Amino acid sequence: MLKISVNKLDELFALIASKQTLYIPADREAGVAEYKKWEQGMKLSNALNTVRSAKDFFFPQTENLVDFKMEGKNIEVIDIRQESEDFVVFGVRACDARSFTILDKVFLVEPVDSYYKNRRDHGTVVTMACTRPAETCFCGVFGIDATEPEGDAVCYNDGENIFFKAHNEKGQKFIDSVSSLLEEGDTSKLDEVQAKTRDILKKLPLANLSTDSFGGDKLMENFNSDKWGELSESCIGCGTCTFVCPTCQCYDIRDFDTGHGIKRFRCWDSCMYSEFTRMAHGNNRNSQLERFRQRFMHKLVYFPSNNNGEFGCVGCGRCLSKCPVSMNIVKVMKALEVK
Amino acid sequence: MMNNDTLIPKIGVVTDIRIDTPDVKTFRVVSPQGGKVFEHMPGQCAMLSVPGVGEGMFSITSSPTNTEFMEFSIKKCGCLTNWLHSMEVGQQITIRGPYGNHFPVETELKGKNLLFIAGGIGLAPLRSVINYVRDKRENYGDVQIVYGSRSMDDLVDYKEIIEEWTNDKGIEVNLTIDREQDGWNGHVGFVPNYVKELAPSTDKTVLVCGPPIMIKFTLAGLKEIGFTETQVYTTMELRMKCAVGKCGRCNIGDKYVCKDGPVFRFDQLDELPDEY
Repeated sequence: MLKISVNKLDELFALIASKQTLYIPADREAGVAEYKKWEQGMKLSNALNTVRSAKDFFFPQTENLVDFKMEGKNIEVIDIRQESEDFVVFGVRACDARSFTILDKVFLVEPVDSYYKNRRDHGTVVTMACTRPAETCFCGVFGIDATEPEGDAVCYNDGENIFFKAHNEKGQKFIDSVSSLLEEGDTSKLDEVQAKTRDILKKLPLANLSTDSFGGDKLMENFNSDKWGELSESCIGCGTCTFVCPTCQCYDIRDFDTGHGIKRFRCWDSCMYSEFTRMAHGNNRNSQLERFRQRFMHKLVYFPSNNNGEFGCVGCGRCLSKCPVSMNIVKVMKALEVK
Repeated sequence: MMNNDTLIPKIGVVTDIRIDTPDVKTFRVVSPQGGKVFEHMPGQCAMLSVPGVGEGMFSITSSPTNTEFMEFSIKKCGCLTNWLHSMEVGQQITIRGPYGNHFPVETELKGKNLLFIAGGIGLAPLRSVINYVRDKRENYGDVQIVYGSRSMDDLVDYKEIIEEWTNDKGIEVNLTIDREQDGWNGHVGFVPNYVKELAPSTDKTVLVCGPPIMIKFTLAGLKEIGFTETQVYTTMELRMKCAVGKCGRCNIGDKYVCKDGPVFRFDQLDELPDEY
């Protein structure tokens, strides 16, 4: 397998960045990573994953959809869309890589969302196999193998070298574009590392979480569970879980008057917010219980119902570590589990 | 060049504004080049917007058989609808669609005796079907329309009902208002009770739209008379932003009202959580 020494990562990044924009997980402070546009001297973070998910690359927190000019009684519609630049996201974890295929099932089904597709077409996702999964990780529950991430191309790190494998044409093109820095390498140490990681994954505290009680065919029993009251009691509706979640995709569309025209933009929204479903004549989800239930029902029941059983969660564990009242999807799944 | 995106609207010109009731106006919309902005089926909706004010989903109240323009009957009840009510003829708005499914006028409803039950502004989506049926009269059986409002002044499309619908052969129109009123010789009472009094024959297929409370009691009354849920259709509305099942707002169970609805049969609604 083609590889590069971990000591030569700077050269690799420089080469990628000479051709297209490169984003890597870099430390904001020790151990706290976020995706940053690579610049000379920037190091790949050692953190397991970024605080925010990687969904921003394809579904940014805010984006301009269309502009309008108003003159008297007339309106001009201005299509502001432009082809995205080519870019590489390097070091995406298996959970976040799966989230892209979940978002694809929302944004790439007819009618295709051209804003999302534009970025998907121009972005190359280079994933990185996990070697040190955390106790909050449970991607395996959703059939994700952290040692074999999806993505256009995948990298494996054995501590000394980083190995490359393409999953598709786009990934192969990426590897070809940096092949001048790669050489054939022996994978025996990597095989050991992979075996060790698989062993850790099996022993993770949440590895045996069961999805048997969920899925599209278990709609009413889950919706009508008497557990929702207790589970949602502590929820303050802050929406943090939604914003750090790699698969949450609800959005709002709003207009902003710049003084020179109107900008219509969309931004992330949360079904946990009290105004999410509020209409002029009323609100069909008036209580936090209903809103809380909606978010988890969508991931565990409604989404699978419409997508051949695939769940809308990738087990990244971000909501476990970020919820201010320590409520999360794992607690919900355990409480609703029918034993 | 990127493909068209449904989120980028087209321009519509308001060519006529009719005052229907103290809080309902009907707007006629055409494309700037004349003619309809797009084709639709009865029961489908469109996103109308005034940039800088807001965008909202409205049912298209005109029939697809009208080849010249589309109409929207809109009740004044929020920011956007207030703005629309303050418009003058000639104003441009933005429009995109058509969205959602439609009443099965070419399949399940064909050849059937039809009973339309509407309350208040709930007539708007049914008017599209009623006029479609009137224009293709040979495809349908008897038509009965039960329509009620708070008062005489709140009956939407009163002129069209009196001057056109009541004069059509094979169409029975039953109007009611909630309370006695000077100048009103017709029926007085709520729609659900009136339907029970009229005791329509149970061979009819029913299309009902109105306030949630009216729909609830009407359905219960129909069941008492002997109707089953598979005979009764309704159309729903929830908050929407994208109109294509992506923004998440109108999600109920595994359905999105914007794309899987707005038209549902009551036995289909039974399978969904009661969150609408």
